[in-house]
Amino acid sequence: MKSVNPSEKLNVREILSDLEHYVPRRRGWTWRKQRPYLKMDEYIYEEVSEPLKNSVPLPAAHYFDNIDPQPDVVITSEIASGRFEDDIRRMRMAAWHGADHIMVIRTLGQSHIDGLMEGTPEGIGGIPITRKQLRATRKALDMIEDEVGRPINFHSYVSGVAGPEIAVLFAEEGVNGAHQDPQYNVLYRGINPVRSFVDAAVAKHIMAWAEMLQIDGAHNANASARISWKVMPELLVQHAINSLYSVKSGMKKENIALSTVPPTAAPTPTMRINLPYAIAVRELFKGYRFRAQMNTRYIESDLIDATRMHMIDTFISRLTSADLQSTITPDEGRNVPWHINSIRGIETAKHALIALDGIKDYVKIDREKVNEKVRELKMRAILMLEEIIKVGGYFEAVEQGFFVDNGYYPERMGDGIKRKKDGEIAAGTVVPRDEDYMAPVCQHFGYNNLPQGLEKPCDLIGGCTLCDHSKIKYVDELDENDNVEIRLKNVEDMKTKDLLKPEVEWANDGTVQLDMTFAEKEEIAEAAAIETAKRMGLTDINVIHKTILHPAEGTYIEIKAKVPFAIEKKKLKLPERVKPLSDDEIVQFFKEHPITVVAGTVGNDEHSVGLREILDIKHGGIEKYGISYIYLGTSVPVEKLIDAAIEANADAIFASMIVTHNDVHIHNMKKLNELAIEKGVRDKFIIVAGGTQITNDLAKSAGVDAGFGRGTQGADVASFLVRTLKKRGS
Amino acid sequence: MVRSDDFEERSAHLKNLSDEELDEKFWELVEQVVDPLIELAKTHTSPSIERSVLLRMGFDSLTSKALVDKIFDQGLLGKGAGNVVFRFAKLKGMNDYVKAGKLLVKEDHWDEVRSLFDGSGKK
Repeated sequence: MKSVNPSEKLNVREILSDLEHYVPRRRGWTWRKQRPYLKMDEYIYEEVSEPLKNSVPLPAAHYFDNIDPQPDVVITSEIASGRFEDDIRRMRMAAWHGADHIMVIRTLGQSHIDGLMEGTPEGIGGIPITRKQLRATRKALDMIEDEVGRPINFHSYVSGVAGPEIAVLFAEEGVNGAHQDPQYNVLYRGINPVRSFVDAAVAKHIMAWAEMLQIDGAHNANASARISWKVMPELLVQHAINSLYSVKSGMKKENIALSTVPPTAAPTPTMRINLPYAIAVRELFKGYRFRAQMNTRYIESDLIDATRMHMIDTFISRLTSADLQSTITPDEGRNVPWHINSIRGIETAKHALIALDGIKDYVKIDREKVNEKVRELKMRAILMLEEIIKVGGYFEAVEQGFFVDNGYYPERMGDGIKRKKDGEIAAGTVVPRDEDYMAPVCQHFGYNNLPQGLEKPCDLIGGCTLCDHSKIKYVDELDENDNVEIRLKNVEDMKTKDLLKPEVEWANDGTVQLDMTFAEKEEIAEAAAIETAKRMGLTDINVIHKTILHPAEGTYIEIKAKVPFAIEKKKLKLPERVKPLSDDEIVQFFKEHPITVVAGTVGNDEHSVGLREILDIKHGGIEKYGISYIYLGTSVPVEKLIDAAIEANADAIFASMIVTHNDVHIHNMKKLNELAIEKGVRDKFIIVAGGTQITNDLAKSAGVDAGFGRGTQGADVASFLVRTLKKRGS
Repeated sequence: MVRSDDFEERSAHLKNLSDEELDEKFWELVEQVVDPLIELAKTHTSPSIERSVLLRMGFDSLTSKALVDKIFDQGLLGKGAGNVVFRFAKLKGMNDYVKAGKLLVKEDHWDEVRSLFDGSGKK
């Protein structure tokens, strides 16, 4: 397999080639390699794992030697573009930001397909899971995990009416984790309860052989209930039924993860409800794993509110425990899972987990104080189990609507989901195994009348696919009009024509997001926003979010729309990027030609961080090249900067300006130039301006010698000085 | 059913249990709920389970589906789809049981198959 170069895009053609002969590298789940007490920069971390080879660190990392500490827990990213060739690009982005559990959502309706799907058709709200899609994705993930230097767990769903076959498919194709919970089928997919449970045991047994990590489906009760904390007793019951059923189907406890969600969110008094629950579930389920899911029930269209909620959720993970930290794109409430929001979800989890590193050293839960609540939750769950047994068992309880009832059990509202034992989808398809029932394959759960004396069941047929990968039958495409080849042609056509469009989830989908505020009430602001987008020439305009700033004073609006054009890449004018000189060359030059620089932030500007980075030796600033500088501080008047330079007999002036209100930055650059001319010293000084909104062109047009913007380092500025001084024959 | 929260009265018998005893009680009850379900799974099968057997035997998904549908219609699913194919291939002296399975999809050999299982299944 070809390795992937970080500066190049994934080559989908390369991934698709020779898929027929691809064999997955490994089976089973991989946890992160723990590295407690790892020192990075000057900080010692307690709850971290092996760092990555390649990654994108958190935004503020550049102040801290660009470290990117990786939390101890696995981080999940859910991917659901509906096209695998777009999914894999997002997986690569997610892996670089710190996800090592990639959960692929299935296309709408796959649960009800009685059999396997094949090929690479496009999905809705997720991907059609097929052998080709799994292989191509696993192969891409192999490349990506090599690139970032950490194994990536690939995950999807063993549910619906084809569970056992999907479990076989996943085991064969190196899928590392899966959701499996028959209660999910019963309650949310309307599949016959008997069929769901009978299928589940077989599926779980195969998953156990493949050492997949199983995640259950209990969190869906939380997402479905009206007042989600009221289902807490039921959540404990659902987790328990699936957990014990899995153990009895052959799974190890350590491969069974409970999908547990902090049930409620603000404005309720969140922690007082969520924390006792988190403790109760972790105590009752000792030995099992915990997948800390983020609350989805109360995500609205406000990205920032979703992010706030998930910070609080992650706080609970750190105060209690988690083996996996799930992430949810903050745009889930808008049903538009975009690249950027998948990444934001991961960053939220990574940020929170790292920020809370070692918190339990200082903060402890008062176990005694919380105990009454914990016990109450357990008792409520016990009461529910007692009543399930009393009415005749699980199937009878489901028939009577015990689950997803909005009462706080034993309270009952009578609005639970009801499913008939002998009804629903695929009813009547389960048959007893006869005495002479036989299945000549390995890892088959349940009664199996095999001939005596076999070493393993598949000896009868000369090996099964679990023992001999070459026996797997690979099916390529079935639909000549709906497959990756057709879609790739469109993408490649754009590439050949050198065309480019903005995108949010699919290659060149042309979608953009705009935000704007109108000093009007909601309805007027919304209409005005749409009209604004129309006049900008955009199409397919949708309002995706509104925040009322004040009922009369203003409304903030977010819009998504499509651009009706494509950009020609070759015609783009890129700013000139000057490569810095080598450190040795710069040091040597200033050794021979020592200089002094006078620096400060000008006008009414207190932002000194950027300038200090350019100056200080600690941040790799110009000081390290032997340049001496006089730092005048912040909010220095332009006159003072020039006078100080004259007085110090300096060679250069560095003026930093972050504030740009009313173009004050342009005004100050012009003033620097003009005042220096006035005082007859313009030729004596190299005047350099810097700031986040400064570009070289802008600075030069304002009369100074150079401008440096965001991301500039000491070496860039020092190199400019060397080159300029050389030109001037210093 | 509609019921107001009678937790206080209903939980009277649990109030004096220790934390550990509560946890034990919980799992004891869960086992009582789960055991009959797992027993059902051990002794029953379904079309998807049988397709999973055929997949493991090296059938492609399309043939697995067609074959299991036929076996189900013939009332022979309780014998196991793999068993049906395996025995039918033997009867026909075919080494390649996948070919035998495909033959069963294409042609009507169900009387022969039934004879292999003492005439069970639909006629």
